[in-house]
Amino acid sequence: MSARLRAGLPAIALALGLLAAWELYVDLAGIGEQLLPAPHAVAQALWDSAGLLWHNFTVTAGEVLLGLALALSAGLALAVAIHLSPLLRRALYPLAVGSQAVPIPVVGVLLVFWWGFGIFPKLVVIALICFFPVVVATVDGLAAVDPEQPKLLRTLDASRWQAFRFAELPAALPAAISGARIALTIGVIGAFIAETTTPTSGPYPGLGREILSDVNFQTARAYAGSAILIVFAIACFYALSGAERKLAPWHTRARGETP
Amino acid sequence: MPGAPEQLLSLQSVGFAHPARRGAPVQALSEVSLHARTGELLAVVGPSGCGKSTLLELICALHTPDQGTITAPPAVLMPQRDLLLAWLSALDNVALPLRIAGLGRAQARARARELFGEVGLDGFQQAHPAELSGGMRQRVAFLRTLLCGKPLLCLDEPFGALDAITRAEMQEWLAATLARERRTVVLVTHDVEEAILLADRVAVLSPRPGRVVASVEVELERPRNRTDAALSALREHALGLLASEGQA
Ligand SMILES: Nc1ncnc2c1ncn2[C@@H]1O[C@H](COP(=O)(O)OP(=O)(O)OP(=O)(O)O)[C@@H](O)[C@H]1O
Ligand SMILES: [Mg+2]
Repeated sequence: MSARLRAGLPAIALALGLLAAWELYVDLAGIGEQLLPAPHAVAQALWDSAGLLWHNFTVTAGEVLLGLALALSAGLALAVAIHLSPLLRRALYPLAVGSQAVPIPVVGVLLVFWWGFGIFPKLVVIALICFFPVVVATVDGLAAVDPEQPKLLRTLDASRWQAFRFAELPAALPAAISGARIALTIGVIGAFIAETTTPTSGPYPGLGREILSDVNFQTARAYAGSAILIVFAIACFYALSGAERKLAPWHTRARGETP
Repeated sequence: MPGAPEQLLSLQSVGFAHPARRGAPVQALSEVSLHARTGELLAVVGPSGCGKSTLLELICALHTPDQGTITAPPAVLMPQRDLLLAWLSALDNVALPLRIAGLGRAQARARARELFGEVGLDGFQQAHPAELSGGMRQRVAFLRTLLCGKPLLCLDEPFGALDAITRAEMQEWLAATLARERRTVVLVTHDVEEAILLADRVAVLSPRPGRVVASVEVELERPRNRTDAALSALREHALGLLASEGQA
């Protein structure tokens, strides 16, 4: 654990340095609170509105995790379909690429019309934003199996399904995890987009909406909310690296430490 | 002789060309006739690129010949590179053919475990391929081939990537293992000494497209000794055949 802490030290030192520079800059340049609140003001807002921010955060964190689960399952299923069927590859791949250019507000209202004010339309938006890296990485991982491997498996009388289960799927796992890691880092901003582009009702609209409504007159609180999202994204990323060490130990060993 | 009823494996004037993505197909083999009786070890030697791996793939029915006929029992391939699965332990790699045959994980492991002690791999059941030496990896790959249970084993340069000392060890190991587990084997190698040491018959191939230019019967007592005068004489004879072909 202390080794972990030592490994995190450079990042912490750099972050502290940047915060100090920021504080100094606001002080010396005399920038207004509405334009750029100083770190100490952000910390104050975080302390004062801890309850409000925390409640909103739990809503958003739930959205991110469920939305990513949806993105992962959809992305993996799509990747397997594309890998197994050349026809589906030709049919699905271009549309999957195109889906990444859909301006979300265009579909936000429609999603709410279909599924109501609840959490589900937001999960769909997050999944739409995040599934693509999972598809690309997993398709490439599945295709990167040693081309000699199928010959061996055929002389062992493996069926198509067994070749997939014993060779292709495990070989693609590290790539799929890399895709998931990218998906995860954009999942948090995905949740922000989801909350601010789909109409909502209810007491806790989520951190995204909170930030958007604070940004003009409660700027320090908007920054405090953003800080929470940033820390959350970093925590998720490293949690996944931990999961990779469990799921694909042969890969982590071969490559050395993860970032 | 060829095609006689007791032959387990027989190839008659087999020709095969690899279809090329662009340009003319690559003629890998032409007019190859070979045979092996049950329990025999047939070695195939030839220069690099003469079609030895292609020959084994034809025997394993991974390609169909363009010309000629192949009569072969179900055959299993031990590929030139071991192709062990990096995410499985040595034990699970050996057990893979049993899992594919439909055995449960526990049963497959139990059968695979029985083999480990006999082949000097005891204690490495749980090691992953990256943690094994080159010689160990070849042993694991060979056990996997053996456990497949097919009557014909096709070994593609099993010791080609090993250093001289380990290779000599592994040759003795293979001879001892085959003495216990009698199988019919086609052994591809570019090492003439290895062929003479292990085989009942050695087929010498020409440069690509491979043809059988000579078939040398090895009627030496087993276990064989590589410093034996008769063995050395046969080796010189076979090397001479290879060299004369190389110039032609
Ligand atoms: N899949 C393929 N597509 C096209 N050409 C191929 C293919 N596989 C092999 N060849 C060609 O066929 C010829 C014979 O190849 P093969 O691998 O059988 O030789 P080899 O005797 O096993 O060589 P080595 O001793 O180097 O392993 C070579 O010229 C090679 O370029
Ligand atoms: Mg070869």
